[in-house]
Amino acid sequence: MTPVTSSAVSVHVNGDAYRLELDHRTSLLDALREHLALTGTKKGCDHGQCGACTVLLGGRRVYSCLVLCVAVGDREVVTVEGLADGADLHPVQEAFVQRDAFQCGYCTPGQICSAVGMLREAEAGWPSAVTSADTGTSRLDEAEVRERMAGNLCRCGAYANIVPAILDAAGHGGADR
Amino acid sequence: MTATTDAPTRTGTHPRVEGLDKVTGRARYAYEYAADEVAYAWPVTASVGAGEVRGVDVDGALAQPGVLAVLWHGNAPSLADVGDSKVAVLQSPVVAFRGQVVALVVASTSEQAREVATTLTVTYDSREPDVVLRADHPTLYRPESVNGGYSTDSVIGDAVAEFDACPVQVDATYTTPPEHNHPMEPHASTAVWGDGRLTVYDSSQGGNAVRSTLSTLFGIDRELVRVVTSHVGGGFGSKGMPRAGVVLAVMAARQVDRPVKVALTRQHLFDLVGYRTPTIQRVRLGADPDGRLRSIDHQALEQTATVEEFAEQSVAATRVMYAAAHRRTAHRLVRLDVAVPSWMRAPGETPGMYALESAMDELAVATGVDPVELRIRNDPDVDPETGARFSSRNLVACLTLGAQRFGWAGRDPEPGVRREGRWLVGTGMASSTYPTYATAASCRAGVDPDGGYDIAINATDIGTGARTAMLLVAADTLGVDPSQVRVRVGDTDLPQAGLAGGSMGTTSWGMAVEKACRELLEAVRAAGGVVDERIEVAVDTKAEIAAQAELSRHAFGAQFVEARVDIDTGEVRAPRMVGMFAAGRIVNARTARSQLIGGMTMGLSMALHEEGVPDAAFGGFTNHDLSTYHVATVADVGDIDVGWIDEVDDDVNTIGTKGIGEIGIVGTAAAVANAVYHATGVRVRDLPITLDKTGQLA
Repeated sequence: MTPVTSSAVSVHVNGDAYRLELDHRTSLLDALREHLALTGTKKGCDHGQCGACTVLLGGRRVYSCLVLCVAVGDREVVTVEGLADGADLHPVQEAFVQRDAFQCGYCTPGQICSAVGMLREAEAGWPSAVTSADTGTSRLDEAEVRERMAGNLCRCGAYANIVPAILDAAGHGGADR
Repeated sequence: MTATTDAPTRTGTHPRVEGLDKVTGRARYAYEYAADEVAYAWPVTASVGAGEVRGVDVDGALAQPGVLAVLWHGNAPSLADVGDSKVAVLQSPVVAFRGQVVALVVASTSEQAREVATTLTVTYDSREPDVVLRADHPTLYRPESVNGGYSTDSVIGDAVAEFDACPVQVDATYTTPPEHNHPMEPHASTAVWGDGRLTVYDSSQGGNAVRSTLSTLFGIDRELVRVVTSHVGGGFGSKGMPRAGVVLAVMAARQVDRPVKVALTRQHLFDLVGYRTPTIQRVRLGADPDGRLRSIDHQALEQTATVEEFAEQSVAATRVMYAAAHRRTAHRLVRLDVAVPSWMRAPGETPGMYALESAMDELAVATGVDPVELRIRNDPDVDPETGARFSSRNLVACLTLGAQRFGWAGRDPEPGVRREGRWLVGTGMASSTYPTYATAASCRAGVDPDGGYDIAINATDIGTGARTAMLLVAADTLGVDPSQVRVRVGDTDLPQAGLAGGSMGTTSWGMAVEKACRELLEAVRAAGGVVDERIEVAVDTKAEIAAQAELSRHAFGAQFVEARVDIDTGEVRAPRMVGMFAAGRIVNARTARSQLIGGMTMGLSMALHEEGVPDAAFGGFTNHDLSTYHVATVADVGDIDVGWIDEVDDDVNTIGTKGIGEIGIVGTAAAVANAVYHATGVRVRDLPITLDKTGQLA
């Protein structure tokens, strides 16, 4: 019997439903880039080591290169293309522009999606390795942002702008959208 | 910014033109162009360290579903020789290093191409590779010249005899490991043949070189090749010239008669796109007790490949930094079974200034002269080796203003005595420098009756802000608001210009843009000042480049670092860095600041993390991904404060810019190492400064 190597898969991305016939080896990242023409999500290492492919899956940030598309199920996928409301940028996107928090832009979609997910995590009270037991996450400071964003590499070295950008966004409702 | 002259600044500040596209995911990179019936090609790389390919199981691979072609040197088309082994792919059975491309699998899906490539049977005759650089290596030789056209050696006076006669001597050997560029976008190419024309979307720092190389390799008329480099995800030198990937994409596309995409993997980048050579550098400084240098001797040993020579100009910066009557510099190479080293951000200056500026700190300790004062005391009036006049040299201003900004005054030089909790705290500094280059470029400028101006030039924006800088140069020259100007870059259909490299993009392209805009204004004046139909001019800067006077052209800077070292673990942190630069006219303050910060961040990464580890047993590198080759992440970086002096230099070139893409990384590693010494009393002379090297501190 010939082994079954592909399946019909339904995915929900940025509010749209898609039905794809996919090779089982297809990562969520490749499904977005190769099959849905959503190339905003970037491939930097394909190994879960750089963060360029970060998207929101069921509201949580994930490395989409480490998720097989057949395992996504009915969880909503939000990519960088799905963050703005028409011409109205998400506060994190707006802050990245204002702070020049990127140069080449290749890690940027991942940084932005990661920051959006991270702000929600902090808002929900999830502690990080540097969270003080006394104060909790009530105050998101530079140390918290650095710790929580350490999974997103930027080789252009925009970190010194990314941190204040995310803090700006945190003060402008970045966790609420 | 600190003004040092009364001249009006011509520094603008403008948001990155393509910023919106980059934060919304609309900016399109080389791999992301749609093409009908696209196929995917996956390189297969050598699993042996040296030897020859004997055979490839082509039939077995072709029997698998979806496989369109399997290429290896036994069946690949012959390419013309362009004298660059990095693009001469699949042309010979010789395996010069582990990781070299030995075959290519083309399939209708990327999953299948990858699967078949990783399971392809390749047989070899192999021998034991020789990959470790050492000072007593038998193949050590003197190259004819080194990268950038610099001379291999320089000798003025008798540096060794003078050193022997000096009352204060520093004689130290510093080593740096192989370092890898690792732009966030791995090199990718989409190749499309159609109607006898070739269109390539390529991740490159300069499309013109890609077009020329492909045209020669494949014997196609240059005019029939178009290379698009609209957005490029960083390069840092590794995309300066075409590499294996783009050649493989074009070869495969012709072979299977379909558009083909090639995306190198992160693993491929360790072997196929160049890297910074490891270095072993001996520096001898002879001085009087007041720190005045009498002798400078700097020797660098580096590696190159068996198939091609690349000699990094590691001691070039030493030739311009400090005054001393007796001087000697030299480069030597060892040929090994390694991938070809190449450009990585400030090739030469980066490793060389780590060694020289570390030695200067050792001299400061030996003489008791403050490190900032020591450098001021040895600042030369003219280029110390050529005797040429500097177009401008403001190292002293950078040292003075940087020290003020950092709060250097009153620093206690005693090492290892400041403790805050678990941390030993210290400060260190180093000078920076980078030469100012320029190449000829062409540009078209036009104005339409609606008052809209447009600029066309095949510049490449690899993230530096080139589009925005050209916009500001144009608007400044035309005397109009930037909103009235549109700039097109990143396409060989546009007027030809050089690559984004050598910190010369803004200068080379800017000279052409400025000239085009001046001539456009002339043309409008000639038309009576009325634009009732489109007016367009085309210029090039060959004459301006040829007419450049013999001057010593360099940017300078000074960097200051606070380091904290954990007394128990030896972990090094750098919570505070200050950089002060003199780089001529800064065109766009906003993107310039980002570039300088970015350079310093990569310098910090070099100081503390980056280390390619040669695999002595199997060849190549033992570390092949970002979990084993560490680069700085946001958690490693603290406060970075950069500034510059408003340096007005009318002699350096026609627009007064010196370039800022590379100087930020130059000297950073020494400043960090010097701060670690000040914190701990431990002098680390081999990068990176990992926690095993600071020893027992508690």
